[in-house]
Amino acid sequence: MSVFKVDGVELTGVRAGTGAPLLMLHGAGGPRSILAAAERLSKSFSVMAPTHPGFADCADVDRFDTIDDLAYLYLDLLDELKLTDVTVMGFSLGGWITAEMAVKSTARIGRIILVDAVGVKFGGRDSTELADLFSIPPSEMPKLTYFDQKFAPDPSTFTDRDKLNAQRSFQAFARYAWEPYLHNPKLKQRLHRIDKPALLIWGEHDKIVDVDYGRKFCSAIPGARMVVLPGVGHVPQVEAAEKFDALVADFVNGRAIAAE
Amino acid sequence: MKFYHFSETPYPILPDLDTLAGLRVDLPNSYYDPVKGADLFHERLDEWCLCDELGINIMLNEHHQTPTCVVPNIVVTASALARQTKNVRILELGNPIANRRDPVRVAEETAMVDVLSRGRLECGFVRGVPMEIAPSNNNPTQSQSRFWEAHDLIKKAWTTHDGPFRWEGKYFNYRAVNIWPRTYQQPHPPIWITTSTLDNATEIGRHGYVCATFLVGSEKAKQIFDAYRIGYRESFGRDPASDRFAYLGFSHVADSDEAAREPAKKLLWYMEAGKQAPQWNAPPGYMPAEIMVQLMGAPRTAGFRKLDVDFQIGFGNFFTGNPDTVAQQIRKFHDDVGGIGNLLLMGHSGHMTHAETTSHLKLFARDVVPQVRGLSLPQTKAAE
Repeated sequence: MSVFKVDGVELTGVRAGTGAPLLMLHGAGGPRSILAAAERLSKSFSVMAPTHPGFADCADVDRFDTIDDLAYLYLDLLDELKLTDVTVMGFSLGGWITAEMAVKSTARIGRIILVDAVGVKFGGRDSTELADLFSIPPSEMPKLTYFDQKFAPDPSTFTDRDKLNAQRSFQAFARYAWEPYLHNPKLKQRLHRIDKPALLIWGEHDKIVDVDYGRKFCSAIPGARMVVLPGVGHVPQVEAAEKFDALVADFVNGRAIAAE
Repeated sequence: MKFYHFSETPYPILPDLDTLAGLRVDLPNSYYDPVKGADLFHERLDEWCLCDELGINIMLNEHHQTPTCVVPNIVVTASALARQTKNVRILELGNPIANRRDPVRVAEETAMVDVLSRGRLECGFVRGVPMEIAPSNNNPTQSQSRFWEAHDLIKKAWTTHDGPFRWEGKYFNYRAVNIWPRTYQQPHPPIWITTSTLDNATEIGRHGYVCATFLVGSEKAKQIFDAYRIGYRESFGRDPASDRFAYLGFSHVADSDEAAREPAKKLLWYMEAGKQAPQWNAPPGYMPAEIMVQLMGAPRTAGFRKLDVDFQIGFGNFFTGNPDTVAQQIRKFHDDVGGIGNLLLMGHSGHMTHAETTSHLKLFARDVVPQVRGLSLPQTKAAE
């Protein structure tokens, strides 16, 4: 069911709550891992959590196959909704979209939050700093995603709809991020354009994109701060929900944050 | 009916296959001994040269990063044979044009092979099996559309004689395409496309190309050819001749059914060696999400992979025994699929020896072909 409509594209997703506008952009696994966080945060914020075209239950858009397409789509969505001072919070691949939006225009963006984000390449040509999720058996993914495996969803509980959504998300992930893998070679040199406050939230034990990468990402954005959450893997919003929500609220409301 | 001899040109000198996790993409090439490899290449090329004397056509293929097929460029074997043979057709099945980064080069290479062979090239285009995605690194979600854009570009490069022309497509960009040499056959070499799905078969039918399917069994082959007929009738307003259809199965002929059995079993190495890690076998988007979910729910166990010659004979994948037995199997297969003009026969695989393969080829040419060559219906006249 369509929740957002922009540029003739209908998007599924979540729109709930009242308060300061918070755009939440999900990662490569689809919206599933941010749904609970969206629900919690909607008690304090006007949450918009669109599902990217092609992921889960959101229809493909034939003309879309790059992260840039999504960055422009969501900039257009903010225009369409005539919002200002929006907090854009991106998770993993959603963090890449967030950074691409912010280097293009922060006219409607008040601040950004990058959660275990990807999208930049800092290293050399003979390696990747990001776990290549297309080169490992799918069964290995939960081990990389969660520090505490008790948070990993139990596949035996998946409905046919869940399985189809997961498969569609995996395909959409490939469509947008196959090559260059999970990054835009030009993004690093553009990050200096981000002229709004930026907070990076990272899981200390993230095995998909590690803390060192997060620190490099943080130093490339003027004035950005970073918080590393202990005992957490790639999904702090799941593994450290309470701390995560408090950080988001403090940052948006301009309260002090114990950043690195 | 026309016959083609095929070997994947494997390098089977490996540890026990049960001890290897997979033979695709990630098996280190330290297992490859180039001295032994050279012998194997020459044995296979000698077998294809023998085919030229026997009147059996040649079928070639390519794969990447695997001992199951150590030909990473079909043009290399086709070139050698274009020079060394004089008579038979040389089928490239095929050029993996969804994965090739430079389709104009494919147009150039195939045109040259066509000229060198004085017009004996049958040019297959394939999308490539899923395990070919990682070596080429092309986006698996785009392989179908890349395939057709590459096809359109190659065909235009072959048939444009007042060039150059410009190409600004979704995947490929050129400012001046103007190939030399042009193709020997006019307007271009016959085009073949492989498929194992009905939708693709209908699309191939719309183009009127030869539709080839591999080891799917006679029942599925008939469904594929029927789907082709729908598309062909849409475009041409008549039924296709049987030379529009091709099927790949295994074959080993010996003096008696009993004598054929042990060598025949060696061909099943092809199936035994078909193992790889799941991430190489199922790249995201290569198949529709709905199909992927079905496959995860019900893994394919029967049919194609079963290592049993009798089962494979019954399934329509194996033509083996004495010459009369094989002729009978071919007649039955021909009838089961509703007529077929091209039989592609894997006559070598795995540890089968050069002597076994050449013995098979000689018997096949002498004692099987005369019994079944008249099976085909009237053939398509113009190159389509």
